[in-house]
Amino acid sequence: MGRMTFVYRRLLLLIPTVLGVTIITFFMIHLIPGDPARTILGIHATPRAVAILHREWGLNRPLASQYWLFMDRLVHGNLGTSLYYGVSVSSLITSHLPATLWLICYAAALAIVISVPLAMIAASRKNAVRDHVVRVVPLLGLGMPAFWLALILQTEFAVRFRLFPVTGYGTGFVGHLHSMFLPALTVAVALCPVVIRSLRASMLNVLGADFVTTARAKGVPAPRLFVRHVLRNAVIPAVTVLGINIGFLIGGTVIVESVFAVDGVGYLMINSIFQRDFPVVQGVALIFGIMVVVVNLLTDVAYASLDPRVRFDR
Amino acid sequence: MSAISLTPAAPAPAATAERAQPRRARWYRQPALMAGLVIIGIILFMVIAAPLITPYNPDTQNLNAILLSPSAHHWLGTDQEGRDTFSRLLYGGRTDLRIAFIAVLFPFALGTMLGSVAGYFGGWVDLLIMRLVDIVVAFPFFVLIIALVFVLGPGERSIYIAITLVGWVSYARIVRGEILVAKRQEYVLAAQSGGLSSVRIMARHLLPNVITQAIIYAMSDIVQDILAIVTLSYLGLGIQPPAPDWGTMISDGQNFLTTHWQLTTVPGLVVVVTGLGLSLIGDGLADLMRPGQS
Amino acid sequence: MTDPAPTEPGLGMQLLQVDDLHVQIASRRGTVRAVDGVSLAVGAGEAVGLVGESGSGKSMTLRAIMGLLPPEAKITAGRVLLDGIDLTQLDHGQLNKIRGPKIAMIFQEPMSALNPVMRVGLQIAEGPLVHLGLSRAAAAQRALELMRRVGIPDPEQRFRAFPHEFSGGMRQRVMIAIALSCEPQLILCDEPTTALDVTIQDQILRLLTRLCRESGTSLIFVTHDLPVVAQVCQRLAVMYAGQIVERGTVEEVLTQPYHPYTLGLVRSAPDVDHPRATLAAIPGSPPSLITPPSGCRFHPRCKFAEEDCTTEEPPLRVLRSGRATACLHYERCQEALPLGAER
Repeated sequence: MGRMTFVYRRLLLLIPTVLGVTIITFFMIHLIPGDPARTILGIHATPRAVAILHREWGLNRPLASQYWLFMDRLVHGNLGTSLYYGVSVSSLITSHLPATLWLICYAAALAIVISVPLAMIAASRKNAVRDHVVRVVPLLGLGMPAFWLALILQTEFAVRFRLFPVTGYGTGFVGHLHSMFLPALTVAVALCPVVIRSLRASMLNVLGADFVTTARAKGVPAPRLFVRHVLRNAVIPAVTVLGINIGFLIGGTVIVESVFAVDGVGYLMINSIFQRDFPVVQGVALIFGIMVVVVNLLTDVAYASLDPRVRFDR
Repeated sequence: MSAISLTPAAPAPAATAERAQPRRARWYRQPALMAGLVIIGIILFMVIAAPLITPYNPDTQNLNAILLSPSAHHWLGTDQEGRDTFSRLLYGGRTDLRIAFIAVLFPFALGTMLGSVAGYFGGWVDLLIMRLVDIVVAFPFFVLIIALVFVLGPGERSIYIAITLVGWVSYARIVRGEILVAKRQEYVLAAQSGGLSSVRIMARHLLPNVITQAIIYAMSDIVQDILAIVTLSYLGLGIQPPAPDWGTMISDGQNFLTTHWQLTTVPGLVVVVTGLGLSLIGDGLADLMRPGQS
Repeated sequence: MTDPAPTEPGLGMQLLQVDDLHVQIASRRGTVRAVDGVSLAVGAGEAVGLVGESGSGKSMTLRAIMGLLPPEAKITAGRVLLDGIDLTQLDHGQLNKIRGPKIAMIFQEPMSALNPVMRVGLQIAEGPLVHLGLSRAAAAQRALELMRRVGIPDPEQRFRAFPHEFSGGMRQRVMIAIALSCEPQLILCDEPTTALDVTIQDQILRLLTRLCRESGTSLIFVTHDLPVVAQVCQRLAVMYAGQIVERGTVEEVLTQPYHPYTLGLVRSAPDVDHPRATLAAIPGSPPSLITPPSGCRFHPRCKFAEEDCTTEEPPLRVLRSGRATACLHYERCQEALPLGAER
């Protein structure tokens, strides 16, 4: 089957997953102990306000009917209205999404730029000193709280040394690159351990493979050998690993955005939590779910593009 | 003319070009595992023996002695409310580590159970459980945790619930994968033809063999849980003050980063080192289980 | 002390001359002497066979010549002279320039020997691209020609295909095309047909012999399969436990072996034309290469062994031009062989 058929099949398999995502998001409101409306409104819970919410969310109706209402709105792009800002949730999300997307891509790019050379150094001489160093140091990154690293980086490089803006998204392409460097680096540090480990393992695998010996027997010079033969094969499993961990990557952006006050959906979510703005929290959770599903799809497509053997199976 | 081979000679002994298969390494000879155990051992000791090590109560405020620098009296100084930082560090460790170690058990149990059932029975049970896995996995771990804790209300109980609801999936996947492989082994066929019930086969024959991978994963899961707990507390959604906790310490200290950096830096470092120790243990165990591949 | 490789009358300096090559492998149990004093010569246009069981060191010898030894293995002594240049003294960069244009190698496992993510045509064109300075288009043209020469049907289509879309025999043809792509003077073949179907084996062998004869390329052909050697090569050397134990032309060695090991090999090869009731195997197992037996390494398994076989390591002695043996009592082999081993 060709590449497009592959994509369509994957898309079809996604539908139940996306449905499930909507169900869980919908269900969140019912996990709230007591009367959801009253709990959310807190001190603002006048009988009138509570009644309005009940009507808007259909809390008096049977469960299935509520879900139907929810899905009906969702399909029309209506995610409800923010209790705090008073505007539609979807408009809030749309305005905040670009910053998060920037952060995700920037962080992924940084992670790759850091990981590939390190994995190469480690794999070039297995079990030598440099291999052990490259394997152990990232373990520090695994246990590192993102917000803590964010605070430290911010204090040192932004406040003390004034190399980067302390907060914010910046304006213009270069402005984004500059302002988002520290946040993206913070997120990348959390991602690198996993990517390095997987790249190193797959490089070691590939370096020992027969076709690399064939290429060396052909007299292929080292740079070309590394890129077109070793790396090209080694990235395939690593792409899958990166894709699996994108979920963590995306989750990590939430807290990092808060520390650096980057106006993304994660920042929006945290603030809405403190403002007890349930519709926004629900909407953002849904968006995150969909983002992860989309990224997984992209990973599968990337994997199929990189590995010709996959498309012809089945 | 057909190409005919010679009768094969008897198998060559280990002196050929290939490496001989090394014996299973002794566990105490694994440097990663030992280093990890030492680190965690030290941390656990200090945390458990806290009352013996430090004379201060972590909650005692002393407004005459706020923001002191490290000294012989206060090894790490005091925070903005005059509480001894070192004590808070140790007692905070008690809280965080206790919760993390307990929190990992529920997803472990739930995930292993569901994973075994899915792997062993297959069919629509498998399909259903795996669909559920796909859906939960669709949310970023942390986003779901935060959202759940928000919804359930802050505090220790919500943390357990949230982590359980979100964390079981990885165990389910791992155990299911191992069981899919294991159930084709002959000892399982033997047990089945002996008429043993499915539950018995799963519990006594399959599980002991597949549990190792789950345990190795649990190490990294504890690290994830510690990070989640600490992050929630930093946001004010987790452990509530005045209970001491690393996340709250970092949050309290962040305004003083330029002047009293140890208030924020040290708790974070401790989290990093704990994560390092646990990861080393996990890696060491994994290396142990795959002989000759370190 | 083994004799230096004999020169064939009338051929002048040899294309490839291997002198007293020693390859050792560091392993946990000790040092493995994988290649222990091997000398070999190959002239222009010649096909020389290297025969022995697995573990005899024949593959290691080829790898040592190419400079492709695994990391644990090292050349500890000896020279490899290709056209007068000692390959053991070259560094990576210099070796890479030689691999392809002067010397090429074909491997045993066509399944795994090709890059799975690179199109076949590009893999064939890679050599000319890198070594001959051809443009992409010219290299592609050359690859297409080569594909036709090795008998791959529909080359224009197959150019863009990936290795997994080819059958085993076809992949080996691709490997042959790759080996020929820069017109080397010498091709090393490491059991190229062992992993193939019997019917395909024959096709590939014929192809290889024809192409090398047409272009005047020399071959070193490693195999454990006597009939294959007979089909492809003019001369052969027999290896045992890292050493060469016999040398000569293919007719000479296979009709009248001068070493008990060769005798055993010839005897144990089933022959369709002269079926025997039982297959004669060589008793015992290959020796340890860390601590080989004293004296002649074959003596524990040799039915002609005598006292002096256990004490001194016998050298490879030249009997007459091109014919050599390491057996002290090689005349015993003459008595033993019935006349059934002719082609």
